[in-house]
Amino acid sequence: MHGFANPARFLRLARWMTPLLLVAGLLLAGGALVYGLFFAPADRLMGDTVRILYIHVPAAWLGMGGWTTIAVASLVELVWRHPLATIAARAAAVPGAVFTAICLATGSIWGRPTWGTWWVWDGRLTSMLVLLFLYFAYLALANAAQKDGVGAAGTGGSRVTAIFGLVGAINVPIINRSVVWWNSLHQPASITMGKSAIDPAFLWPLLIAALGFSLLFGGVVLARMRAILADFQAEARLRRRAMRSEALGQVTT
Amino acid sequence: MKPKHQRLVLVVLALAVLIGAVLLAIWGLRGQASYFYVPSDIASDPPETGRAVRLGGMVQEGSIQTLPDGVTVAFVVGDGKATVPVRYTGITPDLFVEGSGVVADGRLDADGTFVADSLLAKHDENYMPRELEDMSKEQAKAVVAETTAQ
Repeated sequence: MHGFANPARFLRLARWMTPLLLVAGLLLAGGALVYGLFFAPADRLMGDTVRILYIHVPAAWLGMGGWTTIAVASLVELVWRHPLATIAARAAAVPGAVFTAICLATGSIWGRPTWGTWWVWDGRLTSMLVLLFLYFAYLALANAAQKDGVGAAGTGGSRVTAIFGLVGAINVPIINRSVVWWNSLHQPASITMGKSAIDPAFLWPLLIAALGFSLLFGGVVLARMRAILADFQAEARLRRRAMRSEALGQVTT
Repeated sequence: MKPKHQRLVLVVLALAVLIGAVLLAIWGLRGQASYFYVPSDIASDPPETGRAVRLGGMVQEGSIQTLPDGVTVAFVVGDGKATVPVRYTGITPDLFVEGSGVVADGRLDADGTFVADSLLAKHDENYMPRELEDMSKEQAKAVVAETTAQ
C-alpha cells in the first residue's frame, strides 16, 4: 500500500492508465448505450421507456460509489496521513456529483411516464437528493480549505473536509436500504447478491454499461488527480522562485 | 501505541457513535418516513373520515371497474392481509393494471371507501421483454435459443 502512496510512482502509473481507462470506458459505455437504445427489447409494461435503465442505474451506482471512494480516501488521509489519499478524495467529488445529478434527472424523466409523477418525497428519492447536496457541501468545503492555503494534505482545513467525507458516508447505506426500511414509490432492488429480477436481455447491456461508466469514472478521477498534483508542483515552483528572487533582492540592496 | 493507531481507534470510535446515533434516528423515524400506509395499517388504525392520507398496495385481480360516467374507476387495494375499496376520477397512469402496485392520495369517506385525488403507479423490480411475457420459462428459452445466432 505504501508503494502506491508515492506520488512519483503514482504519476508513472497514471500516465498510461488514464487514457486507457477513458478510451475503454467510452467504448464500452457507448456501445452498451447504443445497443440499449436501439436493439434491446422493450419491457412488457413500460415499453420503450425501459431504455433509460442503461444510464439511470449505472449513474446511481457511481453516484454512491463516488462517495464511497471519498469516504475510504478520507479514512486513509485521517489515519495514515497519505497525501495521495487527500487528492484522490478531492478528485472523486466532481464526477460523483455529476453521476448523482444524472441519476436524479433520468429518474425524474423515467418517473413521469411510469409512475405518473416527476418527483415524490419518498425515502429513496429524498436520500439521493441529500447525496447531491452532500457533494455540493463537500466541494464547497474542499474549495474553502484550498483557498485558505491549508488545502495541502494533512493540514487543518483538509482534515475538516476529510471528516465531512467520512461522516457523509452514513447516507450511502441509507440510500441502499431506503426501499427496504420504508414504504416507497421506488421499487426495491432488482439485483441483489447473486440474484436478478431483470431479464438477461436487459441485464447484460446494463452490466456492460455499468462497467464502461465505472472505467470512465476511474479515468476521470486519475486525470483530475494528475491535474491537482501538477497544480501543487507549479505552486511549489512559483513559491521557490519568489523566495529566491526575494533573497537575491536582499543581497543587491 | 503509535499515533497512527491512536488515530485509527479514534476514527473507529467516532464512526461507531455516529452509526449508533443514525440507527436511533432511523428507528425513531420508522413510522413517519414511509411514503404511504398499506391497507393493514388503515384496518388496524383507521384515520378519521376526511383526513388526507396516502394509501399504497396492490390492485386486486379482477377488481377494476369503470363506473357508468366513464372517467371514474373503482378498484380494491390489498396488501395480503387487508383490503380497501378505492374510487378515483381521472386519467390513470400507464402502469395502472390489475396485480400491480399503486399509490393513491386521498381520504376515507363515511362508508369506508377511499376517495383518491391522485393516483401513482408503482413499478415492481421485475424487468421482462414484451415478447416473452406470456410464455412459460421453457418456451421462452426455446425462443431465445432459436433467435440467437450460434
